[in-house]
Amino acid sequence: MADVLERVTKIIVDRLGVEESEVKLEASFKDDLGADSLDVVELVMELEDEFDMEISDDDAEKIATVGDAVNYIQAKQ
Amino acid sequence: MKLEGKVALVTGASRGIGREIALGLAKQGADVVVNYSGSEERANQVVAEIKELGRNAIAVQCDVSNGESVANMVKATIDTYGKLDILVNNAGITKDNLLMRMKEEEWDDVININLKGVFLCTKAVTRQMMKQRSGRIINISSIVGVSGNPGQANYVAAKSGVIGLTKTTAKELSSRGITVNAIAPGFITTDMTDKLTEDVKDLMLKQIPLARFGEPSDIANVVVFLASEDSRYMTGQTLHVDGGMVM
Repeated sequence: MADVLERVTKIIVDRLGVEESEVKLEASFKDDLGADSLDVVELVMELEDEFDMEISDDDAEKIATVGDAVNYIQAKQ
Repeated sequence: MKLEGKVALVTGASRGIGREIALGLAKQGADVVVNYSGSEERANQVVAEIKELGRNAIAVQCDVSNGESVANMVKATIDTYGKLDILVNNAGITKDNLLMRMKEEEWDDVININLKGVFLCTKAVTRQMMKQRSGRIINISSIVGVSGNPGQANYVAAKSGVIGLTKTTAKELSSRGITVNAIAPGFITTDMTDKLTEDVKDLMLKQIPLARFGEPSDIANVVVFLASEDSRYMTGQTLHVDGGMVM
């Protein structure tokens, strides 16, 4: 859990230029972290690379918060 | 050379305008993926000519209207060259008929290759270009997509659709350093236009202020411009390269 969250957090901080403290599980990419739609697409792309998995478009659309991303990755691993 | 170190993918590059575009990009220093649908021999010929220019090239067979086939082509490009800087959506077909006589199949075939193909290829390269934070997408539309043309409802609808797709893609990708522009060629001498009757050709010639048909190289020159840094402040535009036919 910690490892996945740590790696996801690092990607979000790098990509969106937010503070690590802002990246909470319940934080919404768009509403809380200032991401636009294209940022979210890019985040998903980077998560795919980081965790070496494919996230389908249907699944990607359901990933709205940091927690969604972490849970999705853990379920798939 | 304007395109040294760049990698370009040109669809429908085995003949006609596409062939000239592939050679034009190579002459400016780009390595080129020569996509073809059926003409393997001619595609290999283009590859050989590019290699004579001292650039790298590979021929890749792909039906641009098939998403899986397109994904494989883009993967082959990245596997070979490690990146992709320029996509030229050039592949196209005609199946002309009066609207009253046009079969549903003729409509579908032309829309699938000429419009859906552009969507699929653009979607497939976007991931790589977004990562690179740079890219050039050049769509070959047609002047009839602007003006309309009797007997080409399917072709005109597709080419007009490409202009709209160009504008939308340009807006979606601008923040990632990717520009998307279209070229609307007029009457260019190729296999596709050789099929027209002399009467039709004479009639068209009268409508061209520069009083001649275009050569494939007339289009390739503008593609090189749009692929290069010279056009960096342009996106979402459609350039008419038609001897002044439609203003």
